[in-house]
Amino acid sequence: MLRKIRIPLAAVCFLLITWLFLDFTGVAHLYVGWLAKLQFLPAILALNVVVIVGLVLLTLIFGRIYCSVICPLGVMQDIIARLHPKGKNKAGRYSYSPERRWLRYAVLVLFIIAIIAGIGSFVALLEPYSSFGRIVSNLLKPLWLSGNNVLAEIAESHDSYAFYEVPIWIRSMPTFIIAAATLLVVSVLAWLGGRTYCNTICPVGSILGLLSRWSLFRVSFDVEKCRNCSACSRACKASCIDFKNHNVDYSRCVVCGDCIDKCQFGALKYDISAIHAKAGHTTASATATSSAEATIETASSQPKAKGLEAGGDSRRAFLIGTALAATTATVAQTKRKVDGGLAEIEDKKAPERKTKLTPPGSLSARNFYQHCTGCQLCVTQCPNEVLRPSTGLLTLMQPTMSYENGFCRPECTRCSEVCPAGAIRPITKEEKSSTQIGHAVWIKKNCIVLTDGVSCGNCERHCPAGAIQMVPLHPEDELGAYVPAINESKCIGCGACEYHCPARPFSAIYVEGHETHKQV
Amino acid sequence: MDRRSFIKILGGGIAATAPATALLTACKQTSGPAESDGSSSMTMRVNPNTGDTVSLLGYGMMRLPELPDGEPQGGAETGPFDQEMINRQVDYALAHGVNYFDTAPVYCRGLSERCTGIALKRHPRKSYYIATKLSNFDTALWSLEESKNMFETSLKELQTDYIDYLLLHSTGGGGRDEQGNPLDGLETCKRRFIDNGLTDWLTEQKNAGRIRNLGFSWHGDYRAFELLLQLHDEGRYHWDFVQIELNYLDWYYANEINRSNVDAALLYAELEKRGIPAVIMEPLLGGRLANVTDNIAAELKARDPEATIASWAFRFAGTPKGVLTVLSGMTYMEHLQENVATYSPLKPVSKEEHEFLMHIAEEIFGHQEIPCTACQYCMPCPYGINIPAIFAHYNKCIREGNIKESNQDPDYRRARRAFLVGYDRSVPRLRQASQCIGCGQCTTHCPQQIRIPRELHKIDAYVEQLKRESDII
Repeated sequence: MLRKIRIPLAAVCFLLITWLFLDFTGVAHLYVGWLAKLQFLPAILALNVVVIVGLVLLTLIFGRIYCSVICPLGVMQDIIARLHPKGKNKAGRYSYSPERRWLRYAVLVLFIIAIIAGIGSFVALLEPYSSFGRIVSNLLKPLWLSGNNVLAEIAESHDSYAFYEVPIWIRSMPTFIIAAATLLVVSVLAWLGGRTYCNTICPVGSILGLLSRWSLFRVSFDVEKCRNCSACSRACKASCIDFKNHNVDYSRCVVCGDCIDKCQFGALKYDISAIHAKAGHTTASATATSSAEATIETASSQPKAKGLEAGGDSRRAFLIGTALAATTATVAQTKRKVDGGLAEIEDKKAPERKTKLTPPGSLSARNFYQHCTGCQLCVTQCPNEVLRPSTGLLTLMQPTMSYENGFCRPECTRCSEVCPAGAIRPITKEEKSSTQIGHAVWIKKNCIVLTDGVSCGNCERHCPAGAIQMVPLHPEDELGAYVPAINESKCIGCGACEYHCPARPFSAIYVEGHETHKQV
Repeated sequence: MDRRSFIKILGGGIAATAPATALLTACKQTSGPAESDGSSSMTMRVNPNTGDTVSLLGYGMMRLPELPDGEPQGGAETGPFDQEMINRQVDYALAHGVNYFDTAPVYCRGLSERCTGIALKRHPRKSYYIATKLSNFDTALWSLEESKNMFETSLKELQTDYIDYLLLHSTGGGGRDEQGNPLDGLETCKRRFIDNGLTDWLTEQKNAGRIRNLGFSWHGDYRAFELLLQLHDEGRYHWDFVQIELNYLDWYYANEINRSNVDAALLYAELEKRGIPAVIMEPLLGGRLANVTDNIAAELKARDPEATIASWAFRFAGTPKGVLTVLSGMTYMEHLQENVATYSPLKPVSKEEHEFLMHIAEEIFGHQEIPCTACQYCMPCPYGINIPAIFAHYNKCIREGNIKESNQDPDYRRARRAFLVGYDRSVPRLRQASQCIGCGQCTTHCPQQIRIPRELHKIDAYVEQLKRESDII
């Protein structure tokens, strides 16, 4: 019964949150944005009291239902485990193993220290929801977009506007690699041992495990009926049922209900624990099995991987993941290149900004990087190709902004709407238009007014804040060259000037970030 | 047709029904004030029926100023409206020749007549004309009795014993019958004004001198307009004036903006044919012709840098000779001053200017294709812009009706998507108009004399406007 309720609920949550990460039209978050805000760690970082209290109560009453239904990484592991040839085996393929408490809590302590110390990259690496977000946005989304682009091609040939083409590019190579590595580690662990990741590494699992030890509803043995057949232990993907001692480790039980369904004798029940005399209790064992060792090894190899291609960030790269993707991308590219009679346009390069740009609503770089869990939701939602993961070691995977492919458009507040962790606080268009996240800087040597000797003013024409005026280069020469003069106090740092600047590969006007945002 | 022949025809028409009036008109034609002669006083028009000398600018009492804090003053009599300001503006208007005040029982939460009455009572009754309306919109008011009450109440509120111009209010609008079923504009018109004997009664009041001019205002169902004019032609009723919507956008495009509208040019011609003076409402189209896009503003300013944007619309509306007065709901003293200046005196719109405004209207309505033949002489643009492709997309959108002037258009969202998606399809982002720096190297090459950078910037401004509507395509 429990299982029959869990599976549809988990499937719905999983599909919707996956859709949230895949969607590029900006529609999904209007309907299912709340699913991201339900996630445990983002809610804590956002100080979202209602969600925190709700999840704590949920866990105290029903146990770790969160891990079985709400957490997309947990559900993803269940799906992978089911793909195992023995996944549907009647006999079951798991066995009881003692809790590896020292490992769980060591990771948890390190995690909490990292949050307090502001080592965002480490937090982002372990946070389960964010891991899922990175996997979907880096690995699955390109396929989704390729599919869309195929449909867009078809729509175009039928003169329909139902689908439109979207660019596909890897926002950051290190983050892409980390996402792939996380998927590999999590998949291997799920393949081999069900919920091993959740019960040894996942800090959210550890915190909820602390609470679920005392949960009101729990799975317990009716010793009278139990025939010690071991079916429950073999069905338990959390490896938390010790059938010999009739013990269930409630800190690891994710309340999936598989064991109850498996027991032929009705010896397992999920009900109010008070009526059972014996509280679930297991002793921790210091001996780690080989699978756990494997876990530690792979887990610690991730930080190594992240340094590999730190230089590849912001490099535009088309994914050739599948034949499908390859075809679409190539078609799109060739079409753009065979425009006869058109001047070549060189790709822009990101300037080196002394201070990173963080989106309006993030209040300050400090606030942003302290709260961000690197889930990439804002990156996947940014319709202007501005947000991408940053590369610095401490902020790896946490986003930053750059304006080579677009600018932070005035009508868009999508990242602030979707951020579940309070890193980007909700902001209105009006607030955004008066929030200064940086200021424009003119690079005289790049300006085409001087290099090409033509009149320009594209930065001035597109500045939504009216912060740029064209002034004579030589004040006495009113008929000569006019160059942009930036009123730094009016500039909001949206990057319209940088994006529209005709100078290439480096714009002659670029935005320098501010550590603390302010109202202009 | 010039004013003289207009009045001649008019005189002839009236002679058949009211010889005395015709005589009076003939007198006025020679002795009454002609159009202002270059002095700085308000242009006046003569009503051929009564000989009234009416200012070309009429004061619409529909958008009265409100108190800043909404607190009633001097008792709750005038509600949130700033009676002191109304008085000042009315005084200013009268002092500058404005003598036509148009109100209605329903305006300003039903307080417009009262405010107008208070302000006007302070001046001699003969120094101004009051226009008010029979606003019996509610089905409950369709009986003769209720409508009579409404008229009597208007007299009380306006503190007068006669109305100079009484209008059947908004004929052509739909209503609902007693059961709440919707009725079309023609049927509603019949039930509100004809079948209940109201117009007969009003004609009696006119004969008794309590109404000096009887007319109607019209919006919506053209069959109602036709019916009322038919009754006029048959001699059953006599309309001394008719109030219509007229401005340079509605002149030819009213019907295209909204299928149920009728082009002002047609409406005006119907009135002119019969010699019925026209009172103009919506000369500014609810302010839309004062608040135009930057490129339209630039074009208007380029033609006459000293003229305000709104003045073009007022001059257009005031130019036809059969126009008795042009109503403007002037909330602010500044509007009043500006409009008084525009009409003191009226500088009629010349033939060339008329053409120019028709071109502006076309542009506002988005009907003007860029005459690009894709000859590619302008190419390659050194900055990579695909000029012909951008123009081709824009023209295609014009032809397919995907350029909407207003986001209130029911089809706006679909058209917006078609424009933006199609734009990205036809032209890669980096070759779009937003990347045009305006260096002007293309301009000299264009055999069509298209001012390419200007057109590109205009398109870019339109794209920007579309994008700013929403972050969702």
